[in-house]
Amino acid sequence: MAQPRTLYDKLWDSHAVHQDAGGGTLIYIDLHLTHEVTTPQAYEGLRLANRRMHRTDKTIAVPDHNVPSTPDRMEKIEDPESRLQLETLKTNSEDFGVEYIPMDDIRQGIVHIIGPEQGLTQPGKTIVCGDSHTATHGAFGALAFGIGTSDVEHTLATQTLSMQKSKNMLVRVDGKLPVGTTSKDLILAIIGRIGTAGGTGHVIEYQGEAFTSLSMEGRMTVCNMTIEGGARAGLIAPDEKTFEYLKGKPRSPKSNAWEAAVAFWKTLKTDDDAKFDKEVIIKAEDIIPHVTWGTSPEDVLPITASVPNPNGMTDPNKKSGTERSLKYMGLEADTPLDGIPVDKVFIGSCTNGRIEDLRAAASVIKGHKVADTVQMLVVPGSGLVKYQAEEEGLDEIFLAAGAEWREPSCSMCLGMNPDILQPGERCASTSNRNFEGRQGRGGRTHLLSPEMAAAAAVTGHLTDVRKVVSQ
Amino acid sequence: MDKFTVLTGVAAALPMVNIDTDMIMPKQFLKTIKRTGLGTAAFFDMRYDESEAERPEFILNQAPYRQSKILLAGRNFGCGSSREHAPWGLLDFGFRCMIAPSFADIFYNNCFKNGILCVTLPEEQVEALTAQADGSDFTVDLDKLEITAPDGSVTTFELDPTRRHNMLNGLDDIALTLEHLDKIKTFEAKQQAEQPWLYT
Repeated sequence: MAQPRTLYDKLWDSHAVHQDAGGGTLIYIDLHLTHEVTTPQAYEGLRLANRRMHRTDKTIAVPDHNVPSTPDRMEKIEDPESRLQLETLKTNSEDFGVEYIPMDDIRQGIVHIIGPEQGLTQPGKTIVCGDSHTATHGAFGALAFGIGTSDVEHTLATQTLSMQKSKNMLVRVDGKLPVGTTSKDLILAIIGRIGTAGGTGHVIEYQGEAFTSLSMEGRMTVCNMTIEGGARAGLIAPDEKTFEYLKGKPRSPKSNAWEAAVAFWKTLKTDDDAKFDKEVIIKAEDIIPHVTWGTSPEDVLPITASVPNPNGMTDPNKKSGTERSLKYMGLEADTPLDGIPVDKVFIGSCTNGRIEDLRAAASVIKGHKVADTVQMLVVPGSGLVKYQAEEEGLDEIFLAAGAEWREPSCSMCLGMNPDILQPGERCASTSNRNFEGRQGRGGRTHLLSPEMAAAAAVTGHLTDVRKVVSQ
Repeated sequence: MDKFTVLTGVAAALPMVNIDTDMIMPKQFLKTIKRTGLGTAAFFDMRYDESEAERPEFILNQAPYRQSKILLAGRNFGCGSSREHAPWGLLDFGFRCMIAPSFADIFYNNCFKNGILCVTLPEEQVEALTAQADGSDFTVDLDKLEITAPDGSVTTFELDPTRRHNMLNGLDDIALTLEHLDKIKTFEAKQQAEQPWLYT
């Protein structure tokens, strides 16, 4: 009998090209997603060493981080550095022969939204990108992880990466999520439980009804934020929902190849007796809507809770960290989270910029008005998401409520385009990081689901979406 | 990549947990298309006030820590974004060695790709070294896997043999991999036969 293996073990083994004496393995990469921020120096490196790409048919390029979310973006991009970086991606892609999706193409969008949307993301693939949220694609049972620019260059030159194998970690969430609780609340609750280093050195596999009952969009939200739990990659074994999502997508396998691919994809699951190095088991029924209060994604609590009090914390690191967070966030200890006023609401990003997220936010906001004190930005994750939302009339719901309907971009998730917070501004954000200065210097970020963000927009403060919906 | 054998220099301590890569290198500096010149931007928000004047209380704005080559930090150092601009900035500042109880995976890897040695030590050992970081020189010996503190005490550490070998010899990762080009091509042929849909 062969040793029982996890899904990660299988994906690793099937991509191992060579093992060196020091324990490193050369792993073959099936898909390389590229964008403008983390590639210029990689192409420069190839040029300086007089190297070519090993092959061009497994790489695709799309601009996203610097792209303005305003309609005038095709006429002008004010920031000369942003403009140069975007032009550099186009030039490098053309010079080396990489498929490039231009800014005025309806397929343009956040790299992690367009991979699945185009059917490029498939079960069993190894997928890399110079972006930590590459973890998103693990929702399809693909081994997907973020890399730095040196590894982007290595992938361009060799279509492989030299890696050390990670350990296996299981996160199992049994039962169904309660009504009003979303995939975002689920992953925030998991990060709150394991901490931002809980998955370091591991690949997480998510198992249990809480994940299998999620849509593909919901699974992507979970896997996307796996990096916030310290693991480079998260995995959910592919199932009928995965196949259904991919069927007919532009780059999915066609006709006979489709049948063969699905037959193979069905083998991609953890063996019954496989061992994990670390296991976390959680009950879904206990998870209610969550929101972050501090400057790390692990600083998260149910919306019914209050801001923590550092007095009485025994761990000196935790105490000083909490004090620093509260000072930065401008919050008093013991303040109820429900009721903290916000200045901005951001719906979008690779975490929550898909069609289902926009539908969810629209369903909460429909018939309401955005509070006078709040500016609300809705930024679809891709041109196709935007088109679909407009077909469904979601744009009209947002506009009627007083929100701004923008063009696809990473936008206010990290503020590389003009969408940033001013010092001291507080934002209810569907993005993935609440680090100091992430959305703009001095800006204060509260991470939450699209439904919770919409509820905050309506009431003008953080609140329990279940109260807004039941009104 | 420059070789790393023995490093002697000042160690600065930033005893905070979860120092993320946004903190090490904020977004506005990710727009560069070069690897160099990011040293002045490292730890930007902590280092400079709103008018971009230096904050004198920040350690890297103080002599002799302006010349630091070693950084001592809290656990989960370098968490968050994959931006290699963070290690580029640290390197450009003058750092060649990071010492912490734990590192985030992508940052850890990015450092080694740029000739920055990351040393993982138990929390109490990092604290003991931090207590000695008074501006005197530390010595980090990669061949012997030893750190000598100003008081002469020696702390040993472990490192994966491949990383150690590549750093000691300043090897080019891509050149090393291209020695296995035949194996890569063989893999592709086999994979194409078994999963032809990956090659359309």
